[in-house]
Amino acid sequence: MDARLGFSALDSAVHQPHPEPVVRLRDFTRRFGANTIIDGLDLDIAPGEFIALLGRSGSGKTTLLRTLAGLDEVRGQDVEVPDSRAVVFQDARLLPWKPVWKNVSLGLKGDNGRDRAEAALKEVGLGHRLDAWPLTLSGGEAQRVALARALVREPKLLLLDEPFAALDALTRYRMHDLVLSLWRAHKPAVLIVTHDVEEAIALADRVLVLDKGRIVAEERITAPRGERASFAARLREKLLSHLGGDDHGEDVVPFAVAAE
Amino acid sequence: MAKTKDVRKTANSRVNAPCQGDEMPPMINADRSAKKNLIETVDNSCWACLQFNKGPDMAVLTINDTSRAARGQSASTRRPFSLSRFGGRWLSPLLLLLLWEAGSQTGLIPERTLAAPSAVIGTLLEMVISGELPSNLLVSFARVAAGLFIGVSLGLALGLIAGLSRSGELAVDPLMQIKRTIPALALTPLFIVWFGIGETPKVALIAFGTIFPVYLNLYSGIRSVDLRLLDAARSFGLSRWEQVWHVVLPSALPQLLVGLRYALSVSILVLVVAEQINASAGLGYLINNARDFMRTDIIVVCLMVYAILGLGADWLVRAIEARALIWRPSIVEQ
Repeated sequence: MDARLGFSALDSAVHQPHPEPVVRLRDFTRRFGANTIIDGLDLDIAPGEFIALLGRSGSGKTTLLRTLAGLDEVRGQDVEVPDSRAVVFQDARLLPWKPVWKNVSLGLKGDNGRDRAEAALKEVGLGHRLDAWPLTLSGGEAQRVALARALVREPKLLLLDEPFAALDALTRYRMHDLVLSLWRAHKPAVLIVTHDVEEAIALADRVLVLDKGRIVAEERITAPRGERASFAARLREKLLSHLGGDDHGEDVVPFAVAAE
Repeated sequence: MAKTKDVRKTANSRVNAPCQGDEMPPMINADRSAKKNLIETVDNSCWACLQFNKGPDMAVLTINDTSRAARGQSASTRRPFSLSRFGGRWLSPLLLLLLWEAGSQTGLIPERTLAAPSAVIGTLLEMVISGELPSNLLVSFARVAAGLFIGVSLGLALGLIAGLSRSGELAVDPLMQIKRTIPALALTPLFIVWFGIGETPKVALIAFGTIFPVYLNLYSGIRSVDLRLLDAARSFGLSRWEQVWHVVLPSALPQLLVGLRYALSVSILVLVVAEQINASAGLGYLINNARDFMRTDIIVVCLMVYAILGLGADWLVRAIEARALIWRPSIVEQ
């Protein structure tokens, strides 16, 4: 591993997979009719690991996330996911007819739902909006409620499906900090699906690039968060090249302006 | 009602609240408050040549005395006199009533055609005091209540069956669509043959007429549930019945209430016709009797009562909506 770089293409000789991963996929394939969405995918996620999954639209990242979330059937496939998992979607998906705290405690067993919801909401800085209706929240607030709703379940696996894509830049940076501090406090394994390379570099221990249902690149980032600026540009270029984002517009042919 | 106001208040207070959290970067906020100050200053002193320090070079903002002139003008052109501020909507109905009364007094409108408003009010008081109106109203009310109870219950049950299961849809929906093509009132003769001329055919007609609006709205409300919300509920491990209870039914409720409102107005419409079937009590009986004796005043009183019943039904559903749909932000600020 090149310490000077701060990141490294993953080498199986250096990186031994965790003996007891929380997620374990072997040769996972998913087809819709003739279309192969996921093609023979192997994936291990260690407990407490923060993984970013990059991919263009149509690369299969949403399908993979739905599988890990248990939203799609996986009959006859070698898929191991923990029972305690939670998802935060791009749109907060709060039930508008339930006040915030009931959204957070939705489906919790036991009668201390309100207390647990309150604790979780305080953690995301929304202790004062306990009884608010979801439709009165701003986008950032709604997404923080969604985070609280996921965390109140103490998940072993937290899945984030482009959770900050619809937020403005400033709110997004705040949410990054919030997610990191929640991750440090609760230690779930996190898989964040994103198409934002900067976001992936800022947050993750490991970045996976998915293309046409296969993992085409895997980068491990060892530098602590906050000290990644030095190599972020190079890593960004590298990841973008895997994403097919190396087209800088050289091929652009301006359309002919009609002569007067 | 008080609760709806609360919601609105929360919504407002959120808008007005100082930046807390992610809404606005503090810099923009400061900028905004500076602008506000500027505007206030301008407002308070329109004489001024106002200097506004903006970074290294001084931006000079000059405001001429014309602004005072503009203010004076805006003060003198107050809002013009408007009818709507003095209950303008009541004006034309009142005028019509006055014309009607005048026509009756001068003999232009014979009493056999239409009784004078004053006579109608007199008759109304008479009928209320004698107990004739309340007792018959109660009979009619009981018919509507019984018919609605049966019709709405059946509509709810069928809507749930068809909405929540494929096989239920296959079994129920074709029948309901066939039923929809038959106007409820067209069944009157058949119902008389089946049930005679007592209370049964009247209640049955109302029930028959009110099933469909409830059924159709509940069914389509259930089917138009937001699948993304269902996905989220599933990802949190909610069972099938918990999903129905927490997600599907609440999301169908607004449309069900539309159906209920429609059912109430249908029930009163059917009541009017059903009560013409050889009734010995009820509003329809009063009208039939009055027709035989050419008492137009009693007929008008009964029409008024029908109208009030309709308004009452509408008010009832509005009250239910205000309580059940409290989570909706009010679209129209009042």
